[in-house]
Amino acid sequence: MTPRILAAGDQALTVELSSEVDEVVNARVIALARSLADDPLPGVEETVPTYRSLLVLYDPGTVRGAALGAALLERLGALDVRAGAARLWHVPVEYGGETALDLEEMARMKEMSPDELIALHGSAEYRVHMIGFAPGFTYLGGLPERLHTPRRATPRQFVAASSIGIGGKQASVNSVAGPSGWRFLGRTPLVPFDPAREEPFLFRAGDRIRFHPVTSAEAARLDAALARGESPVTPEVAA
Amino acid sequence: MSALLKIRRASPMLTVQDRGRRGLLHAGVSGSGPMDPPAFALANALVGNGPEAAGLEFAGFGGTFEVTAPVRIAVTGGEAQLSRDGTALAPWESHDLAPGQVLSVGALKDAVWGYIAVSGGIETPPVLGARATHLRTGLGGHEGRALREGDELPLGETAVGPCLRLRSPLPRATGPIRVVPGPQDDFFDEAAWAAFAGGAFTVSATRDRMATALEGQEIRAAKGHDIVSDGTPLGSVQVPGSGRPIVLMAERQTTGGYPKIATVASADLPRLAQTPSGAALSFTKVSREEAEDAALAARRALALAIDTLAPKGSLQLSSEYLLSVNLIDGVVGPEAAEP
Repeated sequence: MTPRILAAGDQALTVELSSEVDEVVNARVIALARSLADDPLPGVEETVPTYRSLLVLYDPGTVRGAALGAALLERLGALDVRAGAARLWHVPVEYGGETALDLEEMARMKEMSPDELIALHGSAEYRVHMIGFAPGFTYLGGLPERLHTPRRATPRQFVAASSIGIGGKQASVNSVAGPSGWRFLGRTPLVPFDPAREEPFLFRAGDRIRFHPVTSAEAARLDAALARGESPVTPEVAA
Repeated sequence: MSALLKIRRASPMLTVQDRGRRGLLHAGVSGSGPMDPPAFALANALVGNGPEAAGLEFAGFGGTFEVTAPVRIAVTGGEAQLSRDGTALAPWESHDLAPGQVLSVGALKDAVWGYIAVSGGIETPPVLGARATHLRTGLGGHEGRALREGDELPLGETAVGPCLRLRSPLPRATGPIRVVPGPQDDFFDEAAWAAFAGGAFTVSATRDRMATALEGQEIRAAKGHDIVSDGTPLGSVQVPGSGRPIVLMAERQTTGGYPKIATVASADLPRLAQTPSGAALSFTKVSREEAEDAALAARRALALAIDTLAPKGSLQLSSEYLLSVNLIDGVVGPEAAEP
C-alpha cells in the first residue's frame, strides 16, 4: 500500500503506511519517528508511532498541514529503516500466583498444561509495536498463534500494574493498574512506568522482549532490589 | 513557608490544571490540561500569571477557598456566581483576596467548565514536566486526584499588581461546530456523512474530561467500527459500534481502535466543551485550511484579549496599541466610558 497522509484536524495529521499490523510497516513507522526526532521538520511538535501509522502534531502557525504532508512523504521516501539499534530486554516473569488470572483457564482452552503454555509464551521474541492507551503500556507483536485468545466478554475492574497479558493476537506488559478485558498469565517485577524515576518509561516502540520464568522467591528478590533503587535488568543493545 | 490555598469545600470535579503535558504522547501519556484553554489562559493573565502557571478547573460549581497570604484571584469559563465574604464579585476579572476572607465560587450559569486562577500560581510538584492532573492514571496535580475539603495547595510568589479586567469578551463563534473530515472519513459512506454533518445532536450527560458523548442519529461505518489502533488527536470524533459519536477531549487516551470520522476544529473545541449536557448542536465540514485559519484567528483573538487587559477603574486604552495589532476594525471602542 502506498503511504497516505490523512487529515486529523488543524494541528495533526496521520502518515498511514498500512491498514494492517505488519512488522516491516511498524519498523518504518518507528524509523520515521526517529528521523523526525533526530532531524526535526519545522513546526512538528510531537509524534506518536503506532502499529501502522505515525500521528504528527504540528503548529499551523509555523507550517500548514498540506506542506507538512508533502515534506513527510519526502522524508519517508528517503528513510533508512535500519538506522538505530534495537534493544533486547530479558523480562523476568513470575507465571502463576495471584496475578495469573487466566493461566489455568487458558491452559484448559488450549488443551495444554500450564507449564506447556508458559514455555510457549516464553519461546517467542516479541517486538514493542507501540506504547499507547496508558503511560508506558506496551503493545507487543510476536505472540505465537496458538496463544491468540479473544478478550473476555466482561472486562475485570482491576488488573495489577506489571501484569503480563494477552488480548487477541497481541501481548502486553501492563504498566498501570486498571480495568482490562485481556487475559493474564503472571507479572514481572520490572516496573514499566514510574513517574518518579529518572527514566520513567522502561520500554519504547521498536524494543524487543523475551520473557523468562522466575520463581516467586526470585521475583521477591527482584522486587526488593528494585525497591532499593537498583536496576537488576538492563537491555542488550543489538545492531 | 510558601503561601497556601486552602480548600474549604470542593466541587466533586475540582482539579489542578496547567496548560498540559507535552512531548510524551509517544509514551502513552495523555496531555491532559484545561478543557477550555482560552478561558484558562485568560484566568492566568487576569491575575498577572504567565501562561505556564497552574490553576484550578471545576465543573458545575467551584467551592469555597481561603488563602494564607494576600493574592489576586480570577474566575473564568462562564458566568460564575462568586462572592468574597458574601459580597458578589464579577467573573472574568481579578479581585483581591486577603487572609481571613472566604472566596465562594458557585454555579456556572452558561457553561460546563470553570477556572480559578490565583496570583503566583499553584505550585504542586510537577510530574513528567507538568502540574496538570490526569485523573484516570492518577498523575500530576495534587496527589493525582480531584481536590477535597481540607486540601492545602502551595502557591508561588505573588508579584504586586493591579486587578485587571477584559476590555471585551473573548469572541466565540456560533453556529455548527466545524469539523475536518478524517483520518478515517473513508470508513463512512454518504448516508453516514449525511447523518453526521446534517444531523442534530445533543450532548450526552455521559461526559467527562476524557470525552464528550453525543446523542442523535446513529452513524454506521461502512468499513466497520474497528481499526488497528492509531493515534488519537484532540477533538477526534470516534464512532464505536454503538453508532454514537464520541469526541475525545483533554484527558483522552493516546491511541484508540475506533474509526474517527472527523476532527473538531481546534477553534471550536472549547465551545463544544462548554456546551451544557442536553443542549443541541450540529456539525459542518470545513477544509483543513479553513480550520487552520480559524485556529490562527482564535490564537490572535486570545493574544489581543490578554494584551489589552486593563486595570480596573481605568478607562484609557492606547489607540496606538490597537492600531499596531491591526485588529480593531471598529470592534473595540477605545475611548468608550466603561464601568
